[in-house]
Amino acid sequence: MPEALHPAFLYLFGALLIPFLKGRTRQAVAMLIPIAGFINYFQIPEGVHWKYQLLDFELILGRADDWSLIFLNIFTVLSFIGILYIIKDNKPLMLSAGLLYAGSAMGVILAGDLITLFLFWEMLTAAAVLCLLDRGTPASGRAATRYLLIHILGGVVLLAGIVIHLASGGSAAFDKIELSGIGAWLIFIGFGINCAWPVLGAWLTDTYPEASIGGIVFMATYTTKTAIYVLARTFPGEETLIWIGVVMAVVPLFYAFVANDLRRVLAYCLVNQVGFMVIGVGLGTGLSLNGTAAHAYCHILYKALLFMSIGAVMYRTGKSKATELGGLYKSMPWTCLFCCIGAVSISAPLFCGFVSKSMIISAAASGGYSIAWLALLFGSAGVFLCAGLKVPFFTFFNRDSGVRCEEAPTNQLLAMGLTAFLCIFVGTFPNQFLYPMLPNQEYMYVPYTVAHVTDLLAMLFFTGLAFTLLIRSGFKPAEIRSTLLDADFLYRKGGPAFYKVMDKSLNGLNAATSKVMIGSVVHHVSNFFESGASRFLVWALTPIWMIRGDSKEQIEEHRQSVFKRAKRGAFPIGLTAFCAVVMLGLLSLIFLLES
Amino acid sequence: MTQKNPNPTEPTGWFDKRENVQKLLKGLYGVCGFFVLIDVIFWVTGFDKHPYLKWEKWPAFYAVFGFVACVLLVAVAKYIIRPLTMRGEDYYESNTVEQKGDDHA
Repeated sequence: MPEALHPAFLYLFGALLIPFLKGRTRQAVAMLIPIAGFINYFQIPEGVHWKYQLLDFELILGRADDWSLIFLNIFTVLSFIGILYIIKDNKPLMLSAGLLYAGSAMGVILAGDLITLFLFWEMLTAAAVLCLLDRGTPASGRAATRYLLIHILGGVVLLAGIVIHLASGGSAAFDKIELSGIGAWLIFIGFGINCAWPVLGAWLTDTYPEASIGGIVFMATYTTKTAIYVLARTFPGEETLIWIGVVMAVVPLFYAFVANDLRRVLAYCLVNQVGFMVIGVGLGTGLSLNGTAAHAYCHILYKALLFMSIGAVMYRTGKSKATELGGLYKSMPWTCLFCCIGAVSISAPLFCGFVSKSMIISAAASGGYSIAWLALLFGSAGVFLCAGLKVPFFTFFNRDSGVRCEEAPTNQLLAMGLTAFLCIFVGTFPNQFLYPMLPNQEYMYVPYTVAHVTDLLAMLFFTGLAFTLLIRSGFKPAEIRSTLLDADFLYRKGGPAFYKVMDKSLNGLNAATSKVMIGSVVHHVSNFFESGASRFLVWALTPIWMIRGDSKEQIEEHRQSVFKRAKRGAFPIGLTAFCAVVMLGLLSLIFLLES
Repeated sequence: MTQKNPNPTEPTGWFDKRENVQKLLKGLYGVCGFFVLIDVIFWVTGFDKHPYLKWEKWPAFYAVFGFVACVLLVAVAKYIIRPLTMRGEDYYESNTVEQKGDDHA
């Protein structure tokens, strides 16, 4: 057992402590937890730690190897940046949610078995829901409900997959799984829901733009990248993933270009970049897996920077739509600079995206996957157009929207500045910092060759040229306030429609059943038990009364008296004794006949 | 904190001047031309770019690809995605209101 603490528990402890603290103490503790996490990170040696026995299973809470440590590194870095970004508002809910998010993501990363993985996996959902609720608007509340429902469904699918996998003799170890059998497929799909696969991932672009300014930074960092990590560990080289990734890398860009809310544009571009990583996992070569890990690292940095800069604009102006913003470079010059650094970091040389993305593209080309390669190139140009040009252009340049505001608060500027520095540092010195952390050290990559740099710059500048000409010629459609139909339609419209159908059909059935059962059957049954015996008695006695020569009136009188007595349970002893004797006689007869 | 109708006496920004934007555009056209030229020179001189796929050997492939990809992206977004998927901003919200009305009824 190492000297270090388990990072997940450090962060979870912080998340539980925060609500009980006040004022400066709360801010201090919230900042200290990621710093402690960072020191703690260096104390974790490679190997398998924190093993516990649960019934027949060995829970492994700490598997520290090349794969988990690089993710743990960036998750720790981002927890510090994220907390710094939200520290000024000092909201206990968001600070707790941030720490919980980071802690549970680290728990998944370090898990060595599927059961531990599942427990931390579910905690990610709880943290994300808190990030949505932190916004505090009715829309964010509804988004939180949708997020929760989809992810509970995802969790159930994953759990069912794990249970079936174990029941059919599979190992509980969190390692490579063959994609055969229902269990493996359910695990695959459960991971895919968090990974924002086509259709399954509509929750991402639906709910992320409803999150709070700080919440979206954590959401964009942890959920999808944890999913990439688990896919890379369990299904590397699974060819289906290449095609899933191709769709992810291309389709969301069309939506990104039309979307008006800039945080939704960034969310669509996030799916596009996760698509790159999914292709990397699907290719499954040493180079492509290195590229996946490296790109997850870099993508977290520049996507957080972009979300933080748009968040800062939202913090000051309350707006995040392209139709409402423009010309803010004068009011928020630093935020503008950081946003532009985030934008070029997506793929320009000397910035982080360049050194990671090109590994996946090269891996696709060297493997002869020309369609995947074309999709990746298209994705590179398209994401630069949408996130790299459209977002900064409509926020900080374009027409002056007349909005004037202060520069972002100091803590947000520090968080963005630190991230911007890391984007440049990682991109400029990949061999000193990023590459030595990669899992497959035997596959080293040289990003800075003359051909690479000139080819990529040519593509980026021509993307810029196309953007300029499309706007100046008026071919680019104007920004419109709108909603775009995506697969979330299925549950946002389909859900209520399903509800209505169920409401009409099941409630109709209910009413009909109630009419038949309560209204008639129950009535008759109750009648039977209440007056059945007396009716039988009356039916048996009427002939005797008639033989006795009683008049109709007398017979009616006898009947009423029998019913009255039956209600009160007051028959004369003689009659009861007679019935009992008849009953005994019948029983004896049956007994005799049986034997 | 935010106010519309800015003070007319505030200094004009660098991008507010037409000639600056013109300079920037000329710079962009120049850089684009430069990269095409470089790639053509590489092609003529037979500089080995270690290509994996045949397309990469074509001169100015990346420049043309970047441009065409963007035009294609915008065209698909404009002529397919927008007409098919664009709805009013309160498309889903109206649904919620209706739902609430149902509940009350």
